Amino acid sequence: MNAKITIRQIGKIFGEGHHQVEALKDISLNIADNEFVTFVGASGCGKSTLLRIIGGLEYRTSGELFTAGKPVLGPGAERAMVFQNYSLYPWLSVSENIKFSRRLRHGRESLSSADVEAASGRADALLSLMGLTPAARAYPNQLSGGMQQRVAIARALMGRPEILLMDEPFGALDAQTREVMHDLILHVHKLERPTIAFVTHDVEEAIYLADRVVLMAPRPGRIDTIYQVPLPADREQDMKHTPEFLRLKKEILARIRETSGMKTDQGLLDQLNLQGVAA
Amino acid sequence: MTDRTTSTRPRRPGMWSIRGPLSRHQYWLFALFGLLAPLVLWWVMSSLSTTDKVFMPSPVDVYHRLINWYVEDELMSDVWISVYRVTTGFLLSAVIALPLGLMIGTFRPVQAVLEPLTDFIRYMPAVAFIPLVMLWVGIDESSKIAIIFIGTFFQMVLMMAEDVRRVAVAQIEAAQTMGASRGEIVRLVIFPSAKPALLDTLRVTMGWAWTYLVVAELVAANSGLGYSILKAQRFLQTDKIFVGIILIGLIGLVMDQLFRLAHRKAFPWLYLKH
Repeated sequence: MNAKITIRQIGKIFGEGHHQVEALKDISLNIADNEFVTFVGASGCGKSTLLRIIGGLEYRTSGELFTAGKPVLGPGAERAMVFQNYSLYPWLSVSENIKFSRRLRHGRESLSSADVEAASGRADALLSLMGLTPAARAYPNQLSGGMQQRVAIARALMGRPEILLMDEPFGALDAQTREVMHDLILHVHKLERPTIAFVTHDVEEAIYLADRVVLMAPRPGRIDTIYQVPLPADREQDMKHTPEFLRLKKEILARIRETSGMKTDQGLLDQLNLQGVAA
Repeated sequence: MTDRTTSTRPRRPGMWSIRGPLSRHQYWLFALFGLLAPLVLWWVMSSLSTTDKVFMPSPVDVYHRLINWYVEDELMSDVWISVYRVTTGFLLSAVIALPLGLMIGTFRPVQAVLEPLTDFIRYMPAVAFIPLVMLWVGIDESSKIAIIFIGTFFQMVLMMAEDVRRVAVAQIEAAQTMGASRGEIVRLVIFPSAKPALLDTLRVTMGWAWTYLVVAELVAANSGLGYSILKAQRFLQTDKIFVGIILIGLIGLVMDQLFRLAHRKAFPWLYLKH
């Protein structure tokens, strides 16, 4: 497999002078074509920053980054991003939101009528894939959080991006909606075959979706461990209860706790317990 | 209301519970009360007081003055010239403030150049500019419009810049990752996203423009509501001052409602039932 995303010794420093913070240090990783990789780690490990660097939204202080062999110099349509929330355009209907990228290309290069037809066909296909057809003419603020994220995903897919970057896309959803979205995004992955880099704080989500789980550690942000997920390619909700799944989940959670640098919390808790006993 | 004290069902929260409910009907009753109560209070006070009408004319006096002004003194032309001055000064400042606000809210260097400067100027009292305006612009219509402009423009620019800055970063970044250019983002994301807030800013600053009317008509005017108030002051026609002030308030109220209506018509998605 050839690498779709090549990350070579990327570093990121926020701030200037004495206020410098090293957000990322020496990150190297290859993500294969059509691979689904999730990123987990304690807060401050730089997983979102890394994703934003791949998306071209954040600039890297050092290192090299290639997607499909081309250096990343800024944001681009081949790397679509799905955000946690507030990214939809409330003044556009659901179907207008999904077709937004087409408006951009119209301005840049004149399309033939066949292209326009193909585009509206694609928009309709995405609407039905996401179960949004009945809501096509609704405005985003009429939809539930889960439906809104479906629109955001459909909009990102509209331009047939090679890479889909997802920054805690289901973080604001309730647990039931999230499970539905998991199976939906896996279906999309199988159908559209994009390479997906997915940041989350939910370890179960990270394992269930991914081919590989990348665990990052903070201060400075770095890759700690990469776990190959020992599950069949076609995922089902029941797999979350298999011994392999639970073992991996336990392992990753333990490692996040170890790397989080929050050991003082345990000390504090013990101290409180002792005081409670003394009283 | 029939309350069964033995019921185990909790009572529906009343209108006086914190942030309690108020039906549309109840709302208008209260609003009407809020508008009429001062009027009644004014009436009672003016009829009870034995003092000169110069200090407190009654609503009846004011009403008579209004009719008199309308019939004998060209009230309507005073109203229209004032509406014209305020609207022109306001539109002029809106037309210039909008692109500037958009630039300040979008590009940091523009913000750095213009925002501290605007902050500095907006604290200067518009009245103090009168001699300069007379010197530079003259004493015709444009000088009154210039005063209204000075009074509203600088506040308007800063508020519009803030409206533009409040556009969610995720909306902008989503467009970037869909391949939008800088110009496309300003045109297709930032501006449409800020539009409802911008119209609200226009509504608020329209109110401020009216507060500068009296100041503007200090400058060699011989017509207008503000001018009439100033002239009535000279002749101690308190009832006419009342008419002028109330008319300005009413015109402001009507304009405010028109802006709100335009807001509902232009941005239907903000008013949808969920």
